[in-house]
Amino acid sequence: MTESLLGVEDLNVWFDLPNGGTLHAVQGVSFSVATGTRLGMVGESGCGKTTTILALMGLLPATASVSGRVLFDGVDVLERGEQTVAPHRWNDIAMVFQGAMNAFDPVQRIGDQILEAIELHKQASGREAERRVQELLEMVGIAPGRAKSYPHELSGGMRQRAAIAMALSCNPRILLADEPTTALDVMVQAQILELLLHLSNDLGLALVFVTHDLPIVAQTCTSAAVMYAGRIVEQGPIDALYHEARHPYTRLLWAATPDLESRDDVVSIPGVPPRLDAPFRGCPFAPRCDLATELCSGERPELKVVGDAHVSACHYASSLEVVS
Amino acid sequence: MSEGSANGRPLLEVEDLVVRYRVPRGMSGALLRRPRRFVHAVSGVSLAVRRGEMVALVGESGCGKTTTAQAILRLVEADAGSVRFDETEVTSLSAPELRRLRRRMQIIYQDPYESLDPRFRVSATVAEPLVIHRVGSRSEQRTAVEHALERVGLAPPELFVDRFPHELSGGQRQRVAIAASLVLKPDLLVADEPVSMLDVSVRAGILGILDELRDRGLAVLMITHDLSTAARFADRICVMYLGRIVEEGTASEVIESPQHPYTRALLSVVPRRDPRRRVAPQILRGETPNPIEVPSGCRFHPRCPIAVAACKETDPELRAAAGARGHRAACLLLDS
Repeated sequence: MTESLLGVEDLNVWFDLPNGGTLHAVQGVSFSVATGTRLGMVGESGCGKTTTILALMGLLPATASVSGRVLFDGVDVLERGEQTVAPHRWNDIAMVFQGAMNAFDPVQRIGDQILEAIELHKQASGREAERRVQELLEMVGIAPGRAKSYPHELSGGMRQRAAIAMALSCNPRILLADEPTTALDVMVQAQILELLLHLSNDLGLALVFVTHDLPIVAQTCTSAAVMYAGRIVEQGPIDALYHEARHPYTRLLWAATPDLESRDDVVSIPGVPPRLDAPFRGCPFAPRCDLATELCSGERPELKVVGDAHVSACHYASSLEVVS
Repeated sequence: MSEGSANGRPLLEVEDLVVRYRVPRGMSGALLRRPRRFVHAVSGVSLAVRRGEMVALVGESGCGKTTTAQAILRLVEADAGSVRFDETEVTSLSAPELRRLRRRMQIIYQDPYESLDPRFRVSATVAEPLVIHRVGSRSEQRTAVEHALERVGLAPPELFVDRFPHELSGGQRQRVAIAASLVLKPDLLVADEPVSMLDVSVRAGILGILDELRDRGLAVLMITHDLSTAARFADRICVMYLGRIVEEGTASEVIESPQHPYTRALLSVVPRRDPRRRVAPQILRGETPNPIEVPSGCRFHPRCPIAVAACKETDPELRAAAGARGHRAACLLLDS
């Protein structure tokens, strides 16, 4: 095992609701990421994946309260809130937001927008900063001449590359990418995934991919965490997660995903996830689970080790038959 | 059922369809008499859909797949070519004739958050086509709405008729949109990216409904960019590139033995579900060229990994691959 670069321990996020209630969006999430590894975070809309990574960046709105520890190189960056997280944000942990490619200022040249990020973070100034812009653009596969382009003159794929270049402007060691290829065509998606793999393999950048697209995680990540109703319900090496899934939800997610080379029936998962603004008893997935018993509706299962670096939060994890 | 199915002709036959959009020149362009320019959205598309068949039209954004669907329904006007629906030429119909025919051809859209009127209850949304086309009495309309809702799995209907769109999940909204397209008992359903906005957990439910409608004899034309979905649900696949169909065949022919270099490249970059299954991605550089300036010869040649000199000169027609009648590709190097 490589030394972990980022450690998240028992992270909880609550949002104050306008009606006076509280929504418990992230409920005791723990995971770690080592240099050069790639973690996929998957799950249905609203399961807490994006909230989790926004919490790591210290970018949640004022209505959110956070508890738990986020260790970077062993130091808790959430300890004193903004004061301790700010020095790490962008410098050590950077993020490509969902839809970042559409968030550039339309009346400023792409190169100038990256330059602004570099100067704002006092990475460099003047000629050196301009050289840095060229270097970053080259790193993400944009021809240096395109620095003078306005966002609308670039294709979606090129703008996504520019968004990645901007996130890399302070030489971070971890990049969090929220749905980095959603809304891109499959060929452009392949180009962006190739770029992210290159950054990870050749520069040792650790990646956290948030996506609802399981095949992307299967083909690009080294491990994955499946989130459901604010919790990680299964986590492990990507191969084990597919071939030896130990949570019924993980299995259903795979079965709901069509594959180019398979004629297997594609299933839907009936029902909806529980509301997170009220406490519930038992396993949050029990109401949608075919295998649920009385135990499941009465008692919440904790994450248990089921294999090498592989954990599952199902009462029946060890008795689930290994299908493949 | 009409004669159309009896003599074995496809319900929908599109031939050499051409749709161009004019690029605005602006006032200075007009004064200087600059030449008019066109976006060649669809340039010579032919396809057929039979009753009880689901055809997937796949391709990247901007390839002309949605424009093709819109021209079939005459939501945009074709510049050339023909669209025959049950042996009636759609492109030359008068407005009242078109209105009658449209009852038999319906479309569902990608985004169920946008396509439903937020002020309409489910019952009003689903009944609207009946009201517009003045079909049936109030009580007959009510029964038709209930049947349509049951057919799309919103049962019991009483539970859903009085709800507003904001009280429904994304999957339920798309079911309502499908129900509204079914009340007129159409023969053809065009589904434009019907699941791409939905969570993976509910996609199979929606695709299953289309599957069942096809089994009951409906002709379904599905527009999608998702090859895995097309592979699993469609009977036939047409692959579009820059306004043309470059390959067509049964789903298994196209997926298992792709003939066009573009199809091969596309299939190689579709991520597979099994982490052990690695396919060497054949990543095409750059982006699809601009449909205003379509390349000479084969329109794919500037990005084609196997192009030869002749590809710059000759625009290839769709030809049958050796030993496969219905499997055709538009490539000069086919079978060589």
